[in-house]
Amino acid sequence: MSDTHYDDGQTHGHSHDGVKPSTEARYYAGRIRAIEALLVDKGVLAKEDVRRQIEYMEARTPANGARMVARAWVDPEYKILLLSDTKAAAQELGIDASGPVEFVTLENTPEVHNLVVCTLCSCYPRAILGVPPDWYKSFDYRSRAVNGPRAVMREFGLEIPEDVHVAVHDSSADVRYMVLPMRPPGTKSMGEDELAGLVTRDCLIGTSIPRSVE
Amino acid sequence: MAARFGPGDPVLVRAAEKPGHVRTPEYVKGKTGRVEEVLGVFEDPEILAYGGSGPPEEPLYKVSFRQIDLWEGYAGSANDALYVDIYEHWLEPAREEAR
Repeated sequence: MSDTHYDDGQTHGHSHDGVKPSTEARYYAGRIRAIEALLVDKGVLAKEDVRRQIEYMEARTPANGARMVARAWVDPEYKILLLSDTKAAAQELGIDASGPVEFVTLENTPEVHNLVVCTLCSCYPRAILGVPPDWYKSFDYRSRAVNGPRAVMREFGLEIPEDVHVAVHDSSADVRYMVLPMRPPGTKSMGEDELAGLVTRDCLIGTSIPRSVE
Repeated sequence: MAARFGPGDPVLVRAAEKPGHVRTPEYVKGKTGRVEEVLGVFEDPEILAYGGSGPPEEPLYKVSFRQIDLWEGYAGSANDALYVDIYEHWLEPAREEAR
């Protein structure tokens, strides 16, 4: 009976994410709750602050980045603004990215493909895109995106031709990065909303590119 | 604080050990790169993280490295590059021919 220990949800072939948190997640959740209770007790923050911050994060999604990309594809002046002052470009579409960190948008071209990672923790343009995907925070992605970016992108189904330079950006300091992908061919007749629909979260990190549905 | 380096300058990342949550990744320590851009001046997060007040502000640089200079047997193009944002106190001038 030695192998009838904690059921990790994998015993019948698939996991029930969110149904039964892993032992590790329970440990960290418990620790976070303890720290939160202490901070509230000591008057450093109020429960209301925590709730407001959760609402702030949940109001941000990759759709914000997709709108910015689609606007840049149809409006050359907006594209210049996006590449020179991402915060102002966000503001122009009603996305509040104000705060102490800087945002920089990296333009993919026929010569260069950009990929974003944070090897030290999980820095991500949260004020625009919300919370990063879990894999972005994994040790696996964080270590392999820097020393084997082409192999990592291949696992995401993205093959970068040898003659295109891969530029990996390790955002470990005070700047957060987002990718401006290239507009895919065959999208001339599409409007801005339809174009935004082609831009997935992974396109904004660089592990994917927008593909036209034809 | 005026920036000590400018775009195009070759720089060597100090191979220093510093305890705590430092913002310079281990894999670029001792490596030579090139300043691409001065990103601005920021309060030092390595001080802020431990309850320090942060100032004086310090220049932050976007530094480029050739992937083939960082990893033995790198699988990809010789032109593949890696960019890391590094605070000035981690950088020293490097000789051009070191690259």
